[in-house]
Amino acid sequence: MEHPNPRGLSRRTVLGLGLAPLLPSLVPPLALAQPASAILQRSIASTGEAIPAIGLGSWITFNVGNDPQARARCAEVVRAFFAGGGRLIDSSPMYGSSQPVIGQALAPLGGSVPLFSAEKVWTGSAARGPAQIEQSRAHWGVPRFDLLQVHNLLAWEEHLPMLQRMKSDGRLRYIGITTSEGRRHDELERILRTQTVDFVQLTYNPLDREAEQRLLPLARERGVAVIVNRTFREGQLTRALARHPLPGWAAEVGATSWAQLILKFVLAHPAVTCAIPATRQVAHVRENLAAARGPLPDAAQRERIARTIGAL
Amino acid sequence: MTEWWTYRPADFLMFAPDTYWRLFELHNAAWWPLGLLANVLVLALSLALWRGHERAARPGMALMATLSALVAWGFVWRLYVPINWGAQALAGLYALAALGWVLLPGAQPGARRARAGTLLLLMATLSWPLMALADGRPFVQAELIGLAPDPTAVAGLGLLLHVRPGSRTGRGLWWALLVLGVLVCLISAATLGTMDQAQAFAPLAAAAIALGAAIRRRA
Repeated sequence: MEHPNPRGLSRRTVLGLGLAPLLPSLVPPLALAQPASAILQRSIASTGEAIPAIGLGSWITFNVGNDPQARARCAEVVRAFFAGGGRLIDSSPMYGSSQPVIGQALAPLGGSVPLFSAEKVWTGSAARGPAQIEQSRAHWGVPRFDLLQVHNLLAWEEHLPMLQRMKSDGRLRYIGITTSEGRRHDELERILRTQTVDFVQLTYNPLDREAEQRLLPLARERGVAVIVNRTFREGQLTRALARHPLPGWAAEVGATSWAQLILKFVLAHPAVTCAIPATRQVAHVRENLAAARGPLPDAAQRERIARTIGAL
Repeated sequence: MTEWWTYRPADFLMFAPDTYWRLFELHNAAWWPLGLLANVLVLALSLALWRGHERAARPGMALMATLSALVAWGFVWRLYVPINWGAQALAGLYALAALGWVLLPGAQPGARRARAGTLLLLMATLSWPLMALADGRPFVQAELIGLAPDPTAVAGLGLLLHVRPGSRTGRGLWWALLVLGVLVCLISAATLGTMDQAQAFAPLAAAAIALGAAIRRRA
């Protein structure tokens, strides 16, 4: 979502009008601190719009309830995410208090950050969809969402037409559909073949590679952007790998940690648009963003990564 | 939910363990010294019942109704539900328990299950607050009766084993309260187990003790 800056001009508008030299006077320091050019950008196939290849998930990590200290830490993570060149933040009504926590983190940033808001509709009742979306929007405190996805394919037959109407009315920029942990891939494939969506979200990492067989090639063929969730298997993978030293050859692809090696494996797949690792630590969000800088592994290096991690 | 067989308990855990334990720290601080006071009162109740003063069970029931209601609203509804939407049902179970304790006062005290009951009461008052320390967490995250669900449920089971229903309706209510207490203990054990917390065994053990004592009595 292009958030207008305090003076009413969006960052994109400013750049589009060739007013970049005026940016220092128009945009607060946080936005200027973004080393956006250094972060790998990937195009959303349906429009060609580029977004950073690392986003920010919020499953579990941002569900901290009303804890003021934990909320402040989440806000620091969000601030560091934008300062490091990130844009896409993903959440869901299913994620407990994550939505208001994101809203609280965004509020002090005002419109100064180039947020790309990715939300979901998650209800078995088609009639409840619009009210749920409105509630989510109120939690985030944004005028509208950039992307709305049908969470875990729940009632997708009813929700997709509603999202398509929102998109054609200009109340939404992109629509998508999600699954996780390899579930319902057959149905997801059928949807990708028969429906028009901008995004698909699925699980993909060096150990969960089923999506490589049909979904990732199909998404590429159909011009559907791919968001990858559970890159670290909710932290289990990085926790398990932390017991082992990072192989020396990781430096060949510019990885300085297991997390970066995993993210580089994911981002190196040509169908992947954006990975959304979740974290509550500023150091980790910076480490994740750094994975989208420097070289990516080639096919042989990707196999080596998967083989090595699979053997540990 | 399709492909339900592919879901594991961990798939339903939507918060991190540190977030869960921090709830107790915040709650203890907000309600201090209520937790300590409730713990002392229930400890006094335990000692009175252990020494044979079974009339203490009646004010104990009123206390348990109050503490169960406090847990339902103060902890589960206000703090736990925001991070776990499934906990709405848990709030309902504690509210039902509170109602059950209000309706039960017609029961007569009875000493036949006193040992198991006293054991559970002592577990709730003495063991539960120390579990945070045993697990390496700060004492400010201690689970205290009246504030935390588990020790309140376990204390309720302990007290329940000290009373004898005076009528058929009372017996039905007694069993309903027992089932409620066991159920919330099992839910807690499942949650803690999914969080890989060693103390998951504690509510499980409490449920087994209560259920075993109740079945022995019935036999």
